[in-house]
Amino acid sequence: MAAVPDELKVTAEEYRRMVGREKPPPPLLQNALKAFFSGGTICLLGQVIQNIYIAFGFSPEDASNPTVVTVIFFAALFTGLGLFDRLALFAGAGTAVPVTGFSNSLTAAALEFKKEGAVLGIGARIFSLAGSVLLFGVVTAFVVGLISALF
Amino acid sequence: MGSYLTAFLVGGLFCLIGQLLFDLTPFTPGHILSGFVVAGGILGGLGLYDRLIRFAGAGANLPISSFGNALVKGAMNEAAHKGIIGVLTGMFELTSTGVTAAIVFAFFAALIFEPRG
Repeated sequence: MAAVPDELKVTAEEYRRMVGREKPPPPLLQNALKAFFSGGTICLLGQVIQNIYIAFGFSPEDASNPTVVTVIFFAALFTGLGLFDRLALFAGAGTAVPVTGFSNSLTAAALEFKKEGAVLGIGARIFSLAGSVLLFGVVTAFVVGLISALF
Repeated sequence: MGSYLTAFLVGGLFCLIGQLLFDLTPFTPGHILSGFVVAGGILGGLGLYDRLIRFAGAGANLPISSFGNALVKGAMNEAAHKGIIGVLTGMFELTSTGVTAAIVFAFFAALIFEPRG
């Protein structure tokens, strides 16, 4: 490799700034509408599933559990089939914000690190994306729960 | 427990807010989704998130903020009965369904399917 002249050297920080300058701004309104309609549709389908469980005898409160499980199942299946990424490309936050995103992040991480083995790959890395959601959820619930228990 | 219309509108609104945060802030989706969970937990502690669920059903139940709410509710409900230790024992009371399902399905999906790309 030839030596790089000093004037062409950039630090990581400068590089990030240069890339940021060249990147076109995201089409805000279009992205927001796509996220709204796809996320809304997922929740609408969720409501349909929930009403089906209610029709099968679940109470309205209890029906949310099997609903979440069903949605998680399909998100994991679609991730495995390679369809989820295509949907996410269109939907953006529309698939990331609902529990589909949580399920996708676990499945995608598990698949990605499968080649490193069941223990050191899947086992060790499955929470590499979803871990922060779990961590901050649990810490928040601990603090809020403690406050409610003490006062 | 929410109509189809309110589920669509409220669920869509959550995702629209998420998308604007994705596009307008320098934070990664990981940061923003963690923020949703924390916000859901705080709203849950104030008793506001359950009202939203009553209004929007799956529209409030499916967004990940609901996970924060359910963690807080589990911890608070158990703490009300058993004192401070209930914060720990009740933590996953309501969320174990989702967490367990996500782990199990992800594991088997990884066994069955091959990564692409």
